[in-house]
Amino acid sequence: MNFDLTAEHQMLQDSLRRFLKYSCNSETRNEALSSETGVTSDLWHAMAEMGVIGAFFTEEQGGFGGTGADIALIFEELGRANIMSPFLDGALLSGRVLAAAGELDRVADLINGDLQLALAHGEPTSRYDLNYVRTTSVNGILNGRKAVVVNALASDVLIVSARISGEVSDENGISLYFVEKDAAGLTIQDYALIAGGHAAEVTLDGVEGSLIGEEGKGFALLKDAYAIATVAQCAETLGEMTAATELTQEYLVTRQQFGRPIATFQALAHRMSDMLIEMEQARSAVIRAAGYFESDERTRDINIHAAKNLMGRAGRLIAEESIQMHGGIAMTQEYELAHIAKRITMADHRFGDTDYHLEKFMALTQP
Amino acid sequence: MDLNYSKDDLAFRDEVRAFLATKLTRELSEKVRLGGDLTKDDMEGWHAILNAQGWLAPNWPKEYGGAEWNAVHRHIFDDECASAHAPRVVPFGLSMLAPVLQKFGNQLQKDHWLPRILSGEDWWCQGYSEPDAGSDLASLKTKAVREGDHYIVNGQKTWTTLGQHANMIFCLVRTDSTVKQQAGISFLLIDMNTPGIEVRPIILLDGSAEVNEVWFTDVEVPVENLVGEENSGWTYAKYLLTHERTNIAGVGFSTAGLAAVKRIAKAEMSGGKPLIQNPLFAARVAQVEIDLMAMSTTNLRIVSQAAAGGAPGVEASMLKVKGTIIRQEINDLARRVVGPYAMPFISEAVEGSNEPLPDPHDAGPVAAQYFNNRKISIFGGSNEIQRGIIAKVKMGG
Ligand SMILES: Cc1cc2nc3c(=O)[nH]c(=O)nc-3n(C[C@H](O)[C@H](O)[C@H](O)COP(=O)(O)OP(=O)(O)OC[C@H]3O[C@@H](n4cnc5c(N)ncnc54)[C@H](O)[C@@H]3O)c2cc1C
Repeated sequence: MNFDLTAEHQMLQDSLRRFLKYSCNSETRNEALSSETGVTSDLWHAMAEMGVIGAFFTEEQGGFGGTGADIALIFEELGRANIMSPFLDGALLSGRVLAAAGELDRVADLINGDLQLALAHGEPTSRYDLNYVRTTSVNGILNGRKAVVVNALASDVLIVSARISGEVSDENGISLYFVEKDAAGLTIQDYALIAGGHAAEVTLDGVEGSLIGEEGKGFALLKDAYAIATVAQCAETLGEMTAATELTQEYLVTRQQFGRPIATFQALAHRMSDMLIEMEQARSAVIRAAGYFESDERTRDINIHAAKNLMGRAGRLIAEESIQMHGGIAMTQEYELAHIAKRITMADHRFGDTDYHLEKFMALTQP
Repeated sequence: MDLNYSKDDLAFRDEVRAFLATKLTRELSEKVRLGGDLTKDDMEGWHAILNAQGWLAPNWPKEYGGAEWNAVHRHIFDDECASAHAPRVVPFGLSMLAPVLQKFGNQLQKDHWLPRILSGEDWWCQGYSEPDAGSDLASLKTKAVREGDHYIVNGQKTWTTLGQHANMIFCLVRTDSTVKQQAGISFLLIDMNTPGIEVRPIILLDGSAEVNEVWFTDVEVPVENLVGEENSGWTYAKYLLTHERTNIAGVGFSTAGLAAVKRIAKAEMSGGKPLIQNPLFAARVAQVEIDLMAMSTTNLRIVSQAAAGGAPGVEASMLKVKGTIIRQEINDLARRVVGPYAMPFISEAVEGSNEPLPDPHDAGPVAAQYFNNRKISIFGGSNEIQRGIIAKVKMGG
C-alpha cells in the first residue's frame, strides 16, 4: 500500500495550486458572481490550455487521465481555491456522458475549452432519484420540465434525458438527447445560486432533440457519470473544508478577546481539534472513493456512498463550527469564509444528500 | 400540577387568534412566511396595530402602558403570532432599553422616552459591540468626554442591527480609562441625526442588509441623555442581559418552522414515496419535535418562576443555548427537505419579477434563512459565553 502521489500527480497538484493561487482571488470571484452567467470565460480557457479538462477523460476518449484519482486531485484544488467555475457540470458530468456514448468529437471540443455543456436530467419531483424521469420523448420530440439545471445559460448545448418507454421510475427506457439552445419550444428560466454559479428551470414544449448513444439505454451512462461527479464533488468539498479549517485555525490564534488569543479558551481549542480529526476522516473517505473508482461497481458504489454521507456530516460540522468560532465576522459577505461555508453546505444538495447516500449504502451493505 | 390551559388561558388564546385573523393582512403574513425583507413601514405598521390594541409591550408594567401579562399568556401570544406569521416585534426599544429606563432612568427620561417607544416616534438601535469588543464587551473603547453640559463621543460601534432605520441609539461608552474596565463605562442615549455620526451598511452572507457600522466623530450628546450614574453603565448593561427577556428560546419560531418542514415533507417525493415516510428523514423530524416539546415546557417553567419572583440569570442562558440549537436544527431540516431546490438564490430580484419562483414547494429562501440564522448562536452573548455563565454560576470560579 502506498498513499503518496505519483510524480505526475505531484506535478499537476503543484502547478494547479500555483496557477489558481495567482489567478483567482476574491476580486475574480466577485466578478464571476456578479456576471450574467456566473462564469468567467478567461479561467475556463486558461484551465483548458493547462490540460485540466483533458485530465477528465481517458486516452481512448481523447484525454490523458480520467481515473478517480486524477479527478479527485483536480477538484480538491478547485475547492481549495474556492473557484466558482462550472467545471463539474459544464465539463465533467456532461462530458463523461458524451464520452461513454462515443460522442468523441464533442469531447475533443470540450478538452480544447471550446465547448460548455449542461446536463438537464433532474426534475421538479425527482429529488435525488436518478431513475425518475417524467419528461417524454416521442420520435425525438421532447416534453417536460427539468429542475435546477446547473450552467444551463452558459452552456452551448444541452444534454436532456427523456423517457421513451416504461414506468416513471424504470431504469430502462431513458434516452439522452442534444437540444440546441435556440430550439423552438425550449424555455430557460435562469437564476443565480446561493453558493455561486447559475442554474435554470428548463421547460421543453415539443422540442426537437437529437439522440445520443443507444435508444432507451441512457440510465447506465447517467449512473456512471453521476458516480464520477460525486467523487469530484466530494473532493471539491474536501478542498473547501481544508480552506475553512485553515482560516479558522489562523483566526483563533490571531483574534484577541479578554486579553488573550481566543484559541487559548479550551471550549474552542477542543472543537478546533475535533475539526482537524474530522478533516482526516474526510480525506480518507475521498481517497477511498477515488481509489476504488476503477474497482467492480459494487465496491465503487459502496465507497462513493460512504464518502458522500461522511462529507455531508463532516462538511456541516466544519462549516457551522468555522462560522461559530469566528463570531460575527464570518457572517459577512465580504469575508472569504462566508462563501466557502455556503459552498460546503450546498454541496449536500448535489448528487444526493447525506441521507440519500446513507440509504444507498445500507442497501448495498445490509442485505 | 396542571399542564392544561385554564379557561381564562383558552379565552385569551381565542382573543389573540381573532385579533390576528382580522388585523394581520395576508400580504404581510405571506411576506413573513416567505422570508421577504420587511420594510421599515411594514414593521412600524405592525407595531402601530399592536399598540392600538395595548399589546405592544407584553412585559411592561401597566403603569407605563404595558400589558403586564403572565408567563402563560405571553407564551400563548408568541406562539400564536409565530404560527400566524406575524412580523417579529423589533426588540431594541421595547424589550432592551425600556426595562433599563424603567429601573434606572430618572422621571424626566421615563416620561419622555417610554411613550415614544410605544408610539413608534423613536426607532432605537443597540450600540454595544465594537470591532475589538465582541464577547469581551467590557473592553469597549468608544469614548465620551464631558465638556460642560455635553459629552463628546468618538469611536466606532459595529453589528448595529437595523441601525439604518433608527433615529436613536443607546450606547455603552467609556467615560473613565483609569479604572478597572467595567468601572469606567456609561450608558448614553444618542440622537442618530447629530452631526458626526455615519452609518455604513454591512452585507451579510445571505445578501441581507440588516446590520451596520456606526461611526462617531466629535458627536455632542447632552448630559441629560446619560442614564443613571456616570461609570455605572456596566451594571445597567448586565441588568439588561440577565433581565428576563421575552421569547429568548424562540419556541414560537421553532413551532412554525417545524410545521412548515412537515407540510413540505408530505408533498416532497423521494424514492416514489412522500419524504415524511422516509424513516431517516422522519426520524430527524421526530428528534427535533421531541426536543421542542420539552423546550416549550422548560420555557414555561422558567418564565413562570421568574414571574413569581425567582431570579432568572442562569436559566435565561440555558434557554438561549438550547433554544438556538433547536431553531438552527429546524433551519437545517428546512433546507434538507426541499432537496435540490435549496440551491437557488431567492433574492429580491426574483421576488420582484413576474416570473414564478423556481421552487415548487412554496418554501421561501430556506437556505438563506439557514445561513442567516447562524447569527442567533453568536449575538446577544454567544452560546460559548452563555455556557461559561452557566458553569460559573453552578460551579463557582
Ligand atoms: C447578525 C448580528 C447582529 C448583531 N446585532 C447587534 C446589535 O444590534 N448591537 C450590538 O451591540 N451587537 C450586535 N451584534 C454583535 C454580537 O453581539 C457579537 O457578534 C457577539 O457578542 C460576539 O462578538 P464577536 O463577533 O466579536 O466574536 P468574538 O467575541 O471575537 O468571538 C469569537 C468566538 O470566540 C468565542 N469566545 C469568545 N470569548 C470566549 C470565552 N471566554 N470562552 C469561550 N469562547 C469564547 C465566541 O463565542 C466566538 O465563538 C450582532 C452580531 C451579529 C452577527
